[in-house]
Amino acid sequence: MSDTATDSSTEAVADDGIDRKLLLGRPHQHHGMLWLTASIVLFAIFLVSYSLVTNPRFEWGVVFGWFSSERLFTGLLRTLGLTAISMVVGIVVGVILALARLAPNFIIAGVAAFLVWIFRGVPVFVQLLFWGFIAAIYPRIAIGIPFGPEFFSVDANVLITPFLAAILGLGLNEGAYKSEIVRAGLLSVNRGQTEAAKALGMRRFTILWRIVLPQAMKIIIPPTGNQTISMLKTTSLVSVLAFPELLYSAQLVYSANFKTIPLLIAASLWYLLVTSILSLGQFYIERHYNRGSGKTDQLRNFPRFSKTLRSRPPKQEVQS
Amino acid sequence: MSEVVVEARGVVKNFGDLNVLKGIDLTIRRGDVTCIIGPSGSGKSTFLRCINQLETLDGGYIIVEGQPVGVKIKKGRVEAQSNAEAARSRENIGMVFQSFNLFPHMTVLGNICEAPIRVKKESRAVVRKRAYDLLDRVGLAAKAEVYPAALSGGQQQRVAIARALAMEPRLMLFDEPTSALDPELVGEVLDVMRGLADAGMTMIVVTHEIGFAREVSDHLIFMDDGCVVEQGDPRSVLHSPQHDRTKQFLAKVL
Ligand SMILES: Nc1ncnc2c1ncn2[C@@H]1O[C@H](COP(=O)(O)OP(=O)(O)OP(=O)(O)O)[C@@H](O)[C@H]1O
Ligand SMILES: [Mg+2]
Repeated sequence: MSDTATDSSTEAVADDGIDRKLLLGRPHQHHGMLWLTASIVLFAIFLVSYSLVTNPRFEWGVVFGWFSSERLFTGLLRTLGLTAISMVVGIVVGVILALARLAPNFIIAGVAAFLVWIFRGVPVFVQLLFWGFIAAIYPRIAIGIPFGPEFFSVDANVLITPFLAAILGLGLNEGAYKSEIVRAGLLSVNRGQTEAAKALGMRRFTILWRIVLPQAMKIIIPPTGNQTISMLKTTSLVSVLAFPELLYSAQLVYSANFKTIPLLIAASLWYLLVTSILSLGQFYIERHYNRGSGKTDQLRNFPRFSKTLRSRPPKQEVQS
Repeated sequence: MSEVVVEARGVVKNFGDLNVLKGIDLTIRRGDVTCIIGPSGSGKSTFLRCINQLETLDGGYIIVEGQPVGVKIKKGRVEAQSNAEAARSRENIGMVFQSFNLFPHMTVLGNICEAPIRVKKESRAVVRKRAYDLLDRVGLAAKAEVYPAALSGGQQQRVAIARALAMEPRLMLFDEPTSALDPELVGEVLDVMRGLADAGMTMIVVTHEIGFAREVSDHLIFMDDGCVVEQGDPRSVLHSPQHDRTKQFLAKVL
């Protein structure tokens, strides 16, 4: 049996002048063009690198000095914190808006659709400015009965700090985007799942939390990595609110020492480093969810993930 | 005569302009197995879904276990039930679907235990014990820790039956439980249902399995075009149907 492959006859079946023996070999590769284009690109790379090294205005010593400085590092930590909190706010807001848009009450659904329209349609930079200048619209923020007595009121400038303005601006914008993804995820779950859960007497919240959302996660989770990376970079817009995250920390330094380019490079290196790490995470998330596009494969992968979502490991539920 | 479990009178259901149920009258007694047969689109599934409020009625009423379905009477007025009240009334009614509808992200055991734990707030230990007993009963004790995707259709449907039974329902609804199965898997599911009938469970079964209906049911209902055309003892309905539509339908399926 094993001989048939190597022994296969190369006798011509038709008289077409083709030498069958030659066809058994792999085709000869021409590398000429490849080498030519590669050399041109390599030369271009050389020119750029040469200028990077020899142009004294890059001031690499200054770059690395500030790159490893405590001030930029503190700014980086603030950037990371801002990214994490905005993403969490975004996910919570996204789930709430998605549920509201699917609500049977059309006023609730309409209001949610309107909010998504606003928070998605207005550039996030402009939204950040609005939150930053909120005190110009509402100088005092009060808790009380509408048109009745106030129990408590604060100066908007005191309550809405640059940090809170940043979280509101970034989180609500993210939430509006997220709501679309969450909605798609919720709608992707077969209606039979909800019906089976209803037939078992489950309450609406239990059905959502235990049956529908875990299955929607397959759709919701993968884009989240990309959005986190995007959010990390978007936080640099917050510099306009004078919140000392990574970019604004760098700006504070160069406004004093005028080493503008080296500081921007130092900040960029940090952004690149963190986005690279996050991209690696994203790679693993995507691989986890794409492994085999076969249906059974996905189903089999999925439970493993849902286990990690549970607060209690399944083994503990199993008491014998 | 034994006590009445389901009393349906003049049940009407419309989907937009489509009049799907045109006044169904039905009485189901404790311990009876009632089979519903009829052509596709005659409203069998819709009627079953009305019984546990997966559809709302457009006319008539259904009383299950002495409780009006979907409504409550308060100060001499009829009011719609809240979602929570509807959920509570579904606790006593088990339902098995044509497409199984197991929860793919939970193991077999998880599927069975979820509702008793979350809805009835029973202790894990008690529910697990019952789940294993039920799995034993449907012949799947070895599959407790497996995910539904790893089961055959017949096995999935048997798990779905066990899942419904775990809520200890007083009435079981089956909507063509074997229609999505390969012919060689139909028997194992019907065997489980036969066992359930022998154990005295009140069951309403929509089915195309005329043999099962003849053997197991106490009461046979033939539906066509949103109406109950003929009903009675399965042998007499199947062997000496009174109505032309019944005769035509049986001529096709027998
Ligand atoms: N959600 C719905 N919206 C609109 N029409 C519906 C809906 N559900 C059912 N119908 C229609 O109602 C009619 C009865 O459907 P039903 O599913 O009750 O029939 P059935 O007797 O169970 O048929 P089958 O044997 O094919 O399952 C059909 O014409 C169907 O198209
Ligand atoms: Mg049907």
